[in-house]
Amino acid sequence: MNASTRTDNTAEPDGVVLSARQIGKHFGPIVALTGVDLELRAGEVTAIMGENGAGKSTLLKILTGDYQPDSGELRLGGEVMNFTDPAQSRAVGLRVIAQEPEIVPHVSVAENIYVGAIGHQGLLFNRAKLERQAAADLATYGFDRIVSPQTIGSQLSAAQRQVVEIMRAVIDKPRVICFDEPTSSLGDEESALLFALINTLRSEGVAVGYVSHRMNEIFRLADRITVLRDGKLVGTKAKADTDHNDLVKMMVGRDLSQLFSRERQVAGDPVIELQDVSTDDVSNIDLTVRAGEVVGVAGLVGAGRSELMKAIVGDLPVTSGTVLVKGKPVRFHSPADSIAAGIGFAPEERKAEALIMQRTVRDNIVLAILPKLARGFFVSEKREKQVAKTYVDQLRIRTPSTEQLVKNLSGGNQQKVVLARWLAHSPALLVLDEPTRGVDVGAKAEIYSIIDELAQQGVGILVVSSELPEVLGLSDRTYVMAGGRITGTLDRSEATEESILALAMTDTRASAAL
Amino acid sequence: MSAPTTQRPETSLAREVMALPTPSIGRRILTTIGVQNISLLIAIIALVAVIGSQNPLFFGIDNVRVIGTAIAVSGLLAVVQTVVIIMGALDISVGSIAGLASVTSAMIFTVAGPLLGVVGALGIGIACGLLNGCIIVFGRVNPVIATLATLAAFKGIAQLVSDGRAQGYTGADGFFVFLARGTLIGIPVLIWVLIVLAVLMHVVLRYTSIGRNIYAVGGNDVASRLAGININRYILGVYMMTGAVAAIAGILITARTGSGQPVSGSEGLELESITAAALGGAALKGGKGTIMGTILAVILLGILTNGMTLLDVNAFWQNVAKGGLLVVAVIIQQLRSGERRIGLPA
Repeated sequence: MNASTRTDNTAEPDGVVLSARQIGKHFGPIVALTGVDLELRAGEVTAIMGENGAGKSTLLKILTGDYQPDSGELRLGGEVMNFTDPAQSRAVGLRVIAQEPEIVPHVSVAENIYVGAIGHQGLLFNRAKLERQAAADLATYGFDRIVSPQTIGSQLSAAQRQVVEIMRAVIDKPRVICFDEPTSSLGDEESALLFALINTLRSEGVAVGYVSHRMNEIFRLADRITVLRDGKLVGTKAKADTDHNDLVKMMVGRDLSQLFSRERQVAGDPVIELQDVSTDDVSNIDLTVRAGEVVGVAGLVGAGRSELMKAIVGDLPVTSGTVLVKGKPVRFHSPADSIAAGIGFAPEERKAEALIMQRTVRDNIVLAILPKLARGFFVSEKREKQVAKTYVDQLRIRTPSTEQLVKNLSGGNQQKVVLARWLAHSPALLVLDEPTRGVDVGAKAEIYSIIDELAQQGVGILVVSSELPEVLGLSDRTYVMAGGRITGTLDRSEATEESILALAMTDTRASAAL
Repeated sequence: MSAPTTQRPETSLAREVMALPTPSIGRRILTTIGVQNISLLIAIIALVAVIGSQNPLFFGIDNVRVIGTAIAVSGLLAVVQTVVIIMGALDISVGSIAGLASVTSAMIFTVAGPLLGVVGALGIGIACGLLNGCIIVFGRVNPVIATLATLAAFKGIAQLVSDGRAQGYTGADGFFVFLARGTLIGIPVLIWVLIVLAVLMHVVLRYTSIGRNIYAVGGNDVASRLAGININRYILGVYMMTGAVAAIAGILITARTGSGQPVSGSEGLELESITAAALGGAALKGGKGTIMGTILAVILLGILTNGMTLLDVNAFWQNVAKGGLLVVAVIIQQLRSGERRIGLPA
């Protein structure tokens, strides 16, 4: 499926333009990268692959100077580079296309493309000239069909924003250009133009880095493929020496951690059933969680998992289909409705969506059950403290007291405060979106055992996770999502990292631009 | 892996630390005032000492009464402004609502007596607050802009209905005279109104689910929504309550001046109320603030004004002093927060 459109002048790579050697980077206790090597060669496309959290984005940010590596060295054209600022990497011809580009909202596409590089005539800049130049540059790559130079930044679609970001880089004539999952926001037409652009860049001798999850894109574009896993380099292979299955194995191949305790009973009656449910973000979802069952929802970032969870708890509207709670049809208009129906929800963004950081552990634990604790409108601080203390003990939340401010707790203990809030509510269904994100390994194991214990007590649990070992270790059944749809359901016996990843990479756009 | 209910050694330590000791009297007083308000208390004591040493009249019971009645009206607005700020919003229109309530109370009083005058003014205040809340929640207008707009509009309405002049004469009515000059147990009614409202709001914020949810909404509105709090209801409710209290302030203005005042007496109160709330430690980003702090700030500002008048300080310099006090107080609070000095403050 490849050779027909590929320019073939890349057979002899004329050398390494950018090389990263033994790059290491950690954030506090979390190791993001250790000993990673990467080479980008002139006139070649090097794909960088890996699961969510494998370290791809961190690596790109080190290339640009957004982050400084703790160890290792970066060479461009043989010279050692120590970028402290993205402007420095741009100045020497190294560009990374951001996944979510910064667009100035109130000015035109032309000004956005030449932002920082606008030519002045005296004090004024020549708008007409700028727009003519932008139009010409867009036309060179066929992007004039996608976006007009006069469009205002705030009106751009995600695809158009991506095009502006690409143009910003390309007009600089960089020596190295890296794309971070560029097609995740692009439609078929834009993707096809992007692939043509990349082929042009390659033929011009530019060294191209290409991060993507999409296998068919990788096999169409890449000359060599570098795979990362858990912040480490798994290996780099020429395209001819590998295939789809081999790459999945390289991305996944790790031992299942021994973090999971499982003493499950037979699942009970369904606590929630979704029948052909659609929202603005997801379509035709059929999903069931039974009492005492842990159900995983896997998928790549952007597959619509969080949006589905928010629809289940009533925070996003269900546009069609039926939701049954304990067999009875319901329609939630707000999270208050779903809470009343016995559903608890720990959202993905702990700090932004779950916790009131400058309030106490007690305030945060009792937040959803205040009406239950109150006599009339009056709440008894003593009862609150008792409740809070019960869960601080039960979940082993490490805090000097229930009166400690939540912002002073570690990530794992903050997450336990969120869990405590819902345990105090005695839910029938607990919806957990990325329950162990940003949590250290010790707290992770504790959270897993809490989940397991809750399931034993008959709570139905729905867990979204981007970490495949977590999904596999916890789930009795796993739904895999891609492009806003459920692309498969795997029982515990069928679920493997390979089978989940294959379903998660299902191209729901049928014949995407390839 | 053990189940989460089993005890580990370290929890016994946590239990010791968490055992709730019976607080001593001194500690109780400290808790009631609030540690963060100690600096306000110190400022008040220092100010009293300085002014008192310069002019002994300052300590007279009459002068204390003067200070008390002077801060009653602005104190009411400062207390409700604190609630609005804790919720993460702002109400700049309180002064205009007070003005509108003042003229309408006097006008309704003239034709229908004091009771309907008061009820009518309260109704108008609540309606104004509801309008503010609706513009913010359903019109998606930033609270500052929304109430800046209604600040102008309500003032205009007050001027329209009154033709820009003082209305009615309440100076001979027993009820209004009682409000303005009456006393209970030796304390002026004006001060009682402030005390009752402040205690009520303190209790609501501190000891009821409503108050706790107001802090929650101001601290993190998304988290509050996902925890089942109907945040729209809280926003509308708080603005209506603010409108009602602003109307009470308007009625007190009518009582003190003997007639309904569309603008004079109420103009500028919105800024005084925000000044007092900020001085009292309420954070404009929401989720933080106490009635106790605001009341102390109101007292501090009242003493400052009174003292400078006694000491014959020029009124222009009084404004400079108030402004300086606010900036210095907030800078001190921010220094303690340890925020990095980059860009706009969080």
